[in-house]
Amino acid sequence: MKFSRLVLANLFRKKVRLILTIGSFAIALVLFTFLAVVKSAFSRGTEIAGADRLIVVSRVGLMQLMPISYRDKILAIPGVKAVTHNHWFGGVYQDEKNFFPQFVIDPENQRKVMTELVVPDDQWNNFLKDRQGAIAGARTAARFHWKIGDRIPIKTTLYGGGSSEFNLDGIYHSERPGGDESQFWLQWKYFDENAPAAVKSTAGWYVVKLDSPDDAVRVAKAIDEKFANSSFETKTETESAFAAYFAKQFGNIELLILTIGSVVFFTLLLVTGNTMAISVRERTSELAVLKAIGFSGRAVLFFVLAESVVIALVGGFLGLTLAYLAIPVIGLALTGLLPPLLLSKSLLTLGLGFALLVGVASGLLPGIGAMRMRVVNALRRV
Amino acid sequence: MIRVDGTGKSNSLIQVRGLDKTYRRGGEEIQVLQRLNLDVDKGDFVAFMGPSGSGKTTLLNLLGGLDVPTHGSITVAGDEITHMSGNKLTQWRARHVGFIFQMYNLIPVLTAFQNVELPLLLTKLSKSDRRKHVETALGVVGLADRLNHYPRQLSGGQEQRVAIARAIVADPTFLLCDEPTGDLDRKSADEIMELIHRLVKEFGKTVLMVTHDPVVATRADTTLHLEKGVLVEGKTSRESVMAGGAA
Repeated sequence: MKFSRLVLANLFRKKVRLILTIGSFAIALVLFTFLAVVKSAFSRGTEIAGADRLIVVSRVGLMQLMPISYRDKILAIPGVKAVTHNHWFGGVYQDEKNFFPQFVIDPENQRKVMTELVVPDDQWNNFLKDRQGAIAGARTAARFHWKIGDRIPIKTTLYGGGSSEFNLDGIYHSERPGGDESQFWLQWKYFDENAPAAVKSTAGWYVVKLDSPDDAVRVAKAIDEKFANSSFETKTETESAFAAYFAKQFGNIELLILTIGSVVFFTLLLVTGNTMAISVRERTSELAVLKAIGFSGRAVLFFVLAESVVIALVGGFLGLTLAYLAIPVIGLALTGLLPPLLLSKSLLTLGLGFALLVGVASGLLPGIGAMRMRVVNALRRV
Repeated sequence: MIRVDGTGKSNSLIQVRGLDKTYRRGGEEIQVLQRLNLDVDKGDFVAFMGPSGSGKTTLLNLLGGLDVPTHGSITVAGDEITHMSGNKLTQWRARHVGFIFQMYNLIPVLTAFQNVELPLLLTKLSKSDRRKHVETALGVVGLADRLNHYPRQLSGGQEQRVAIARAIVADPTFLLCDEPTGDLDRKSADEIMELIHRLVKEFGKTVLMVTHDPVVATRADTTLHLEKGVLVEGKTSRESVMAGGAA
């Protein structure tokens, strides 16, 4: 603590340079946090996937449908606790930019399999009784200011096109932090009655709940073997593997983000490293005097590192605060284009750790130079 | 009593024996100091004079533990410093040496008080004790009313006074002054020399000073001349000036 005055006095020596360096840290941290949030949004499906769930899709591809009769056949496989099925509805609410995923669900089994997506019982019972009923995720309902009882018009280009209106009977919440609350559920029976002949009695994919996650490999193999050499062969994988595969449909987001992140990191490192090097060079004689009067080389290294770390932490804190305020706004503007952007505590900690790392790294070289500096040579330069 | 023939008492405060310093520049060896002996007692005030490049500052650096000799030994208050490790030498400097430089070398972003306090930050003194020491040191140099002034708000003479206060605040064993008046006008130089003289006479400080200025050297008890790396015992400083100048 007794050295803090010296560190602070040196920090404020060149105020404009200090402000610019802190500013570059803050902006880099906003960018870093935004990239990390986007990456986390794309990989969240993998993180929150149920360990005891399998996804069964057609071996041909995601858009290929499978017979509804598969449900009972899958259910008969030992280790399977429950099976539900879904269809991609692919509708548009008012405008194409108002995107949110709409699933045709199997009300009988939905709650047995997707246990973390919770709908109050009274709302669920109303939905079961209402053929044109719908359940919306809390995020989507909030986005369009829907309330229970609203009529929601949806146009679809799939399944022969046309427009339908649905009654909002309930709103679901996810019990898992960061869970998907953007879906819009429709009744399979109503959909099946109105679907073209080719689509009738089909499912887009099945979600299988297992007795135990330990059975995942065995059951997945059993399902695919059961339908092997049929007209509708299946491909079964764990929900997390499916989520990872689905995320990859957008391209290698992770590589892209890592590349941009690395560029940000090294640019910031060069900028702050250069600033610290100039700052140390400017006061070579002062550091030499400190060493002459008895400050050790390590103490001098500590002073230089303390300065760069304070700059990094202040800049980092500012950047994270900006990101904390800006990301919800950006997320709202990008709804439909990107999964929900959530800035978690662990990301904030990671951001601060990133700032700290850059702070230490940028102060290290000039600091070691000052630590090793020979007092006699440095004083001669005065 | 200052001696340069290596026959001083074994209990001299500073004892230098057979000191050599050679620099290597490219393939060439430059011998700056040759088999130098010196004995300085507590309370002595000695001035080193000599032409540029004669090794005055090198000798001061060696005595202050800022540089290491090629051969020979330096013993201060019973501690032989020539074989100390870098860290030990740093600690030794903090305890035993007060440096006064030609260019004052104050930290411009710290006030006079904070500059003087720097050596005390390395001690275990409490904040209030540090304050007392700093105020006393600044009082001794006549700047008790300039505690919160930054170096840029002080004259050259005042800056050097602050540097002197910094040098004495931790009560070191001896003071090393490298051209302490080299950047000052005559009046300020006289004031600084009067102050250093007071430190010797009133406070019993031991002072070793490098100077080019024969008038400044007259304030020392003894002037030693460095010629081609060899110390030549001179007359007392006053005798030297009376006899027609320095060196």
